[in-house]
Amino acid sequence: MSERIAEPVPGVDVPPRPRQPAGTRFQRVLRTISPRIVTGGGGGARRVAGPGEVVFAAGFFGLSLLLLLLLPFQTDWLPSTKLVVQPRFWPAVAIGAMLVFSGGHLLRALAAHPAGGAWAEIKGWLRPLEFALWFLAYVLLVPWSGYLLATVAFTSSLSWRLGYRSARWVLVATFFALCVVLVFRSLLGVNIPSGALYELLPPGGFRSFLMTRF
Amino acid sequence: MDMLLSGIGMLMHLDVLLALLIGSVGGVIIGAIPGVGPAVAIAILLPATFALPPLVGLVMLLGIYGSSMFGGALPAILINTPGTAVNALTTYDGHPMTRRGEALKALGLAYGASFGSGILSILALIVLSPVLAKVAPMFGSKEIFLAALLGLVLVVIAHRGQALAAGMLAGFGVFLGTVGLEPLKYTQRFTFDQPWLASGFDLIVVVLGLFALSQAFVLLSGPDESPDAKPIRGSMGRAMLGTLRHKRIVAAGTGFGVLMGMIPGVGEFTAQFLSYTYAQKTSADPDAFGKGSPEGLVASESANNAVPAAAMIPLLALGIPGEALTAMMLSVFYVHNVIPGPQLFQGQIDFVYALYVAMILLNVIVVLFMMVSSNLLLKIIRIPTRFLGVMILTMSFVGVYSLRNSITDCVIAAVFGWIGLVLKRQDLPPVPIILGLVLGGIMEVKFRPAMARVEVLADFFQRPVAAVLGMAILALIVGQLAALRRQAMERNKA
Repeated sequence: MSERIAEPVPGVDVPPRPRQPAGTRFQRVLRTISPRIVTGGGGGARRVAGPGEVVFAAGFFGLSLLLLLLLPFQTDWLPSTKLVVQPRFWPAVAIGAMLVFSGGHLLRALAAHPAGGAWAEIKGWLRPLEFALWFLAYVLLVPWSGYLLATVAFTSSLSWRLGYRSARWVLVATFFALCVVLVFRSLLGVNIPSGALYELLPPGGFRSFLMTRF
Repeated sequence: MDMLLSGIGMLMHLDVLLALLIGSVGGVIIGAIPGVGPAVAIAILLPATFALPPLVGLVMLLGIYGSSMFGGALPAILINTPGTAVNALTTYDGHPMTRRGEALKALGLAYGASFGSGILSILALIVLSPVLAKVAPMFGSKEIFLAALLGLVLVVIAHRGQALAAGMLAGFGVFLGTVGLEPLKYTQRFTFDQPWLASGFDLIVVVLGLFALSQAFVLLSGPDESPDAKPIRGSMGRAMLGTLRHKRIVAAGTGFGVLMGMIPGVGEFTAQFLSYTYAQKTSADPDAFGKGSPEGLVASESANNAVPAAAMIPLLALGIPGEALTAMMLSVFYVHNVIPGPQLFQGQIDFVYALYVAMILLNVIVVLFMMVSSNLLLKIIRIPTRFLGVMILTMSFVGVYSLRNSITDCVIAAVFGWIGLVLKRQDLPPVPIILGLVLGGIMEVKFRPAMARVEVLADFFQRPVAAVLGMAILALIVGQLAALRRQAMERNKA
């Protein structure tokens, strides 16, 4: 949650004194140099930025700036060709829009009163990367072990990792994996290659059946 | 009339009817599970439908799209948790009714209102189709470019309080669409000499990442919850008949739903807001709204269920999707070489009618299913949230990997899943990225021929439809800037 604010901010933590503008000094300076249409007006209590809002806005603005710098190197400009037909035209329009809007978003976030908790929020962004790795491990396992085995292994081990450790949940996870394979591979015949492990089975009907259905 | 009968004939095949049944019932179940939603389900099922005939695949996805909001009302009313995002307003009045011991009445009204507005909206579209068939050919390159631009402008403006973020995300979507080989001169753009970037970012991979994988990541990394609700007792059919006492509100909600659904980028939320406000202002008991008002519940549910049918208009008539779900459906059309747009209305109007009749049938199937299955669905919504995350992650694999058996696609989807998670944590919408990706591509392709004979700016707006669209875009931008300025001045005064 939000961190404790060291200094009470006029207009946010305490009511502003007469003629005293709201916000920190930095925010007041920012509001004088940025268009009010973006950051809001001068008086009254300021909007409170969400945790990590400034980090996200700055990151997006940085990405837009980086793309703008790369534009001449990553797109072509053809001689004696009209502007609207240039390969560079649409990326330039898109990056221009990103830059303008993300700049406005960043100014708005900077002008708002920070809620704190940015680090906790960033940790919250990083935590799911573990599950992205689980997903990619599953992706790598399928061409090797086959869809059925990989799916059973994935659902039951990930469920175990998440705390579903009773025999009941292992059965539920295995049953779910079986249903997914039966519906998508056996019934709908979606395009998933058979596993290399199946090649080790003796040639015959059973191997063909496994390779085409599971 | 012949075309309507021909459309009905197209539907009367076992595979089409089976797809409709699976899509409708599946959509209700998916909609009833908080945390899944139609976008996740459609994203996962998209590649599976590519192997099916176009009508079968589209009907299945339409079934999910049109029926999920029915299912979403169930947890919204019983456990104060909307099954889909658009059922959020339903919780305002639905759950207080449950707390008062009127759960059956609330569910009956929600299903009745959804059914009534679903049927009315489709009938309105069937009546409107001949008009659309006449209007659609008036859209050339200029008009389609301007309609796509209007969609993007509306997407930005419709995100009240988040217009800047929506703008930057829409710009990001347009940028993503430009990566790879450009369509005219075949030069490479932002590929960094990487062969896997030459074909650009696939819409389905991005959609699966932003909607399905991100939702799985949210559920897997969040606290484990298992919703619980008491079973319903009594006659659902009789409870649904109670909707007849609110015919005016159903009609108004349908009207708002159809109007807002037709405009790209606007959708259910605006329709619900207008419908709810209208119902409250014309109610004999406006103070009851938000505290368990049957009128409020009917207003919310009738508006959101009228939108799916209307949202098909810009998609079918112009080939321009108005929101993420119709953007996904566009890819099904493209895969089957059915190009939505003016030609579809001129050459294959029976196909369009078949889709409309399918939507009527899905409403009938869903309402019959809901009459007997509400208590069964209560058991399904008890799936613990983290296990639900495992389920979505497992099924997302099918969606991504079955496209091209590409591990790179899976890595890209995982990256977009992470981006989607950050957006969700920041309370920012992923929809502008998808619409930017789709509409940006349309705009680029149409802009070049549109500019072929344009020497001064006025040449672009010579034709009446282009002039109207141009004026609408200008009015929206000026109106939005004026509203922002007015708000800033009011804050200054305060």
